[in-house]
Amino acid sequence: MNWETYFAEFSYLLASILFILGLKGLSHPETAKRGMHLAEFGMTMAIIGTLLHFEIVSYTWIIVGLLVGGLLGLAMGVWVPMTAMPQRTALSHAFGAFAAALVGIAEYYSYTHGFKPIADLGHVKMSAMGFEIMLGALTTTGSLIAFGKLQGIVPGQPLVYRGQNIFNMTLLLATVVLFIYLIFVPTAVIPFYVMLGLAFLFGVLLVMPIGSADMPVVMSLLNSYAGLASAATGFVLGNNVLIIAGTLDGFSGFILSILMCRAMNRSITNVLFGAFGSVSTATVEGVQGEMREVGLEDVAVQLAYANKVIFVPGYGLATAQAQHAVRELANVLEGRGVTVKYGIHPVAGRMPGHMNVLLAEANVPYSQLYELEQINPEFPSTDVSVVIGANDVVNPDARDNPSSPIAGMPILEVDHSKSVIVLKRGQGKGFSGLENPLFFKPVTGMLYGDAKDTLTKLVNAVQHA
Amino acid sequence: MTITTIMLSFLLAEGSGSMSPMAIIAALYVFALAAFLGYQVISRVPPLLHTPLMSATNAISGISLVGSIVIAGGTGPHHSKVAMILGFIAVVCSTTNVVGGFVITDRMLRMFKRKK
Repeated sequence: MNWETYFAEFSYLLASILFILGLKGLSHPETAKRGMHLAEFGMTMAIIGTLLHFEIVSYTWIIVGLLVGGLLGLAMGVWVPMTAMPQRTALSHAFGAFAAALVGIAEYYSYTHGFKPIADLGHVKMSAMGFEIMLGALTTTGSLIAFGKLQGIVPGQPLVYRGQNIFNMTLLLATVVLFIYLIFVPTAVIPFYVMLGLAFLFGVLLVMPIGSADMPVVMSLLNSYAGLASAATGFVLGNNVLIIAGTLDGFSGFILSILMCRAMNRSITNVLFGAFGSVSTATVEGVQGEMREVGLEDVAVQLAYANKVIFVPGYGLATAQAQHAVRELANVLEGRGVTVKYGIHPVAGRMPGHMNVLLAEANVPYSQLYELEQINPEFPSTDVSVVIGANDVVNPDARDNPSSPIAGMPILEVDHSKSVIVLKRGQGKGFSGLENPLFFKPVTGMLYGDAKDTLTKLVNAVQHA
Repeated sequence: MTITTIMLSFLLAEGSGSMSPMAIIAALYVFALAAFLGYQVISRVPPLLHTPLMSATNAISGISLVGSIVIAGGTGPHHSKVAMILGFIAVVCSTTNVVGGFVITDRMLRMFKRKK
């Protein structure tokens, strides 16, 4: 081995260690930044090591690629608003998975077209490559559809038709059969490209039937697949740092998927094949009374003279871009000596942690952001709970009605507080299409209108209360 | 289980090829240990930081860039134009993830403050 090889291998080892330390830093907001800088340094070293190491024939395309990708990444990183974070993340899953798939295809092409000795394309290599390409391809298209749904290009409602699950399963089975065939006969070029095409198609069909409200789970799963595709690339190229980084990414996505499913009391299978939101229109009975509409002034007085106020944000906060307005209202209230806290449900928003980032952006200190288990005991001693664009995560049916489609889902128990104000665009139902009995409870007052607009008016009204 | 064992022994019986049985075993060790470590490290990340976690792991797994670079550069006496083009696209995708992922993670983490 020459010195370049030693340097490259050492840089990979260093990168692996720094990546792990970087993720370890994320266990606390205070250590997170430093951790990320370590990871960034590791990445830079690994790239330099690679550029020096291999007997690279031409640097032209590499440099052009690095420049184009670097500029694209920088533009995205700097300009994407926090409200659009789910879309950006979906897109980056697509990019990562597509890169993995392309590396696999390029390798396969080189072997089958005589650029690399075909004898080297053994069963082991083909298995790793098959995994890489299958996962890579389905994650690419799946993430693009998720991106489309989050961005509003593709309809957010689940797209369902009769026999969908059977059709999808057959398609997946066909893909896997081709994959297994390829392990035994790696040189079968046509089955290879058919498998690739089927995997791309399967990704689309996998995500189409999933509703927007289930996006946190889907995002986590796609995260996991993209990571595992990267890890498979590591197996194909025999590179440990790829295996390590890909596995960390894959497991992170996997853990998040489990947490998200638990927060909805549903299984992953149910999310993927249940086509939630299409089945749940028949649960209106049992809801009695009328929704009570309250006036702005009335709410302002309630808030101004409260001791403790808890804000419960949902996806509606993101769509209305109301995070700064909430913060302003909280400032005014705190100025009057009101204790303000925020209750964050794990699946509020469209990706894990979405609400936390939005509120942090609006300068809400993270010491005021509370998780479900921490905040629930506090509701009985709360004067006013303000629900902003959240629906299913505060639906008491999940707790009280065993026949509800969301039965058993842990909720933020706002209905235990002395008064509940629900900020809502209109009288429509939530994304799951469920009726929410919370809105009909005597403690609840409905305040209709655009959340940002309403909150800004409330700031004014509280100041004059 | 038996099917897995048979499959595995079949795979490992493969003597030729660039990936020797020992190499694949070593790679599986790395995979298993990374999975275990990943589970330990990531379960400690609080829900507060789940979005930065996702963008950080995304950026980190953009390390597949090093694989893409090798393919885009075309190593060895024989290299294919098609593979180099695919590699080039892969370099663009991975670099976007690495740079975008780290920039966005930094941006988010800067926003998390204890006190106003």
